[in-house]
Amino acid sequence: MLDLAKYSSLGEAIRDALEIWPREVCLYESDRGDEKQRLTYRDFKDRALPLARWLQDSGFSAGDRASIIMTNQSKWLISAFAVFYCGGVLVPLDYKLKPEEQWKLLKHSGAGVLITEYPIWRQLGACGGCANAPNVKVVLVTEAPPNADLGDAIRWESAESDRRPAFVPRRRQDLACIVYSSGTGGTPKGCMMTHANYLEQCVALTAWYPFWPGVKYLSILPTNHAIDFMVGFIGPFTCGAAVVHLRTLRPEFVREAFAKYKITYVSLVPLVLKNLQKGLQARFDELPPRKRRIFEILRRINIEMTRSRPILPLSRLLLKQVHDAFGGKLNAIIVGGAFTEPQNLQFFYDLGIPVANGYGLTEAGTAITVNDLKPFRADTVGKPLPGMQVRILNPDGDGIGQVAVRSKTVMAGYLNEPELTAQTIVDGWLMTGDMGRFDHRGHLQLFGRKKNMIVTEEGKNVYAEDIEQAFEGLAVKEFCVFAANYIWPSRSMVGEQLILVIHLDHGQSFTEALRNEIAARNSRLLNYKRIHGLVLHAEDFPLTASLKIIRVALAERLAQRKREEAILPL
Amino acid sequence: MRTIEQTTQEILELATKHFKAVPDSLKAEDDFYKKLGIDSLQALELLSRLENHFHIELPDYEVQGVSDFKTLAERVQSRL
Repeated sequence: MLDLAKYSSLGEAIRDALEIWPREVCLYESDRGDEKQRLTYRDFKDRALPLARWLQDSGFSAGDRASIIMTNQSKWLISAFAVFYCGGVLVPLDYKLKPEEQWKLLKHSGAGVLITEYPIWRQLGACGGCANAPNVKVVLVTEAPPNADLGDAIRWESAESDRRPAFVPRRRQDLACIVYSSGTGGTPKGCMMTHANYLEQCVALTAWYPFWPGVKYLSILPTNHAIDFMVGFIGPFTCGAAVVHLRTLRPEFVREAFAKYKITYVSLVPLVLKNLQKGLQARFDELPPRKRRIFEILRRINIEMTRSRPILPLSRLLLKQVHDAFGGKLNAIIVGGAFTEPQNLQFFYDLGIPVANGYGLTEAGTAITVNDLKPFRADTVGKPLPGMQVRILNPDGDGIGQVAVRSKTVMAGYLNEPELTAQTIVDGWLMTGDMGRFDHRGHLQLFGRKKNMIVTEEGKNVYAEDIEQAFEGLAVKEFCVFAANYIWPSRSMVGEQLILVIHLDHGQSFTEALRNEIAARNSRLLNYKRIHGLVLHAEDFPLTASLKIIRVALAERLAQRKREEAILPL
Repeated sequence: MRTIEQTTQEILELATKHFKAVPDSLKAEDDFYKKLGIDSLQALELLSRLENHFHIELPDYEVQGVSDFKTLAERVQSRL
């Protein structure tokens, strides 16, 4: 691995990595089981530098912002490196957002360059094009069909120059990325991440979960997400390791990729882990009774032998068939983005597959705590990574309070939001909004959220304010969306539900037509943003002088009712 | 060449079979996430079934944001 303490920027570190491991493979790209591309570090450099030069020729320089909206693929990473090489600031956006949301964030970020894929560009164009964000002056589009009309956009494949680009150095405290951590309702929250944030995080994570030449990381989480950006780009690329991209994320192709590429690490959201467990359990249940008994005996031996620490060679021998299905080289499944249920984690560990569960926030530079496997603990989110100071603020009688973090990995602040930044980072401590406590072994346990936000099992952050837009103009006096656990704290990180609180006009009754209207609007929301229940509130909502709902006060009033009696099914 | 109605009907039958839904309980306008209680990964499994049945390729991006059978049928139809 590179000694990242000696580096000032991501561009500088990756530039050197490309020289140190020229013959190592850095990227595999597969589509429907067929390998479409295999790039060495030298190939990567040969593709990135002409693009960097082209960007420089088009006026892109230090501190300028370029956004990437792409699915996980080689051109994502090539483009990102080209941007860093020019000293630019990267704005990675979620390709799964709706085009209007993407335009909103593009405008907010101030990006002058957009690098995207043809199908995404078609959707962005159908939604009004660059008029939505006049700051976007240059658009590069990958993989456009030969006869496609791109308007003013330029083909990514033709954006190259033969002349050598000039490497633009950056300081550690300079911005590397602006990362949008959540939905777009209300104020877009653009986390300003510095080069130091990423370099420090990379050192901390690889201290516990190292990469080296020959390691293959399967990239499934979107690369704009903090986890994949770190473990599916910066981590492997500063260690000479390789990343495997799949252009089609169907379960059968993902399964196939594990065995074909003998994957070392993969990151998953809890929902996918749960599905994997379901699939494996179904296969175990189908075993004939005798084989099933043998399997259970081997599993029990594995559990006994790996109680204090994982012994991968032994587990691979004992439970060979299970491990072979994963390629036989899987060192750990990294799970993050949302809370994972302990029994889900234990299931995999009992099979000899460690799950590196942890806890983190984009604002904290990805991971704060991670399971160190010494020994494996399914009931906590692990210990603070090296360099992380974690404190519990104002603990109650049970020792539970808000988790606060201080570290070189904590963001510089929210873009254009000094007040929000001041509320979030207090005296150098990042207020996470999550409630937790440390056990006597120094492991962090989480007990719910202080903020009115939910994190779905797919790792999506959902803000109540975001959902309210879908109900704008509803024929009621007033309404408000809450996460049910915010009103009635359940001390649980799973099973969260969104509810719509309605205050009807005087004399108005709750009719079937109104219910249908709510259901219809709800169904237009993306699946994970939908509300699950209604609460009828008979009093005026408490309002600020500027007529904004005081959520905390309303939540307190609602909490006086019993949860199960207050929530009506939709 | 199938009509859009035929395509829709075949998709409804495939989904009924794949997710073991009550026969004839699915309609074109139904939100399949809600009606079948499935998540995004299970929806991807359905796509693979559709590809095999109709002998087409349905890139993941084509079905991004699609949640009802009617729109899904239109996307399939455009590739037949």
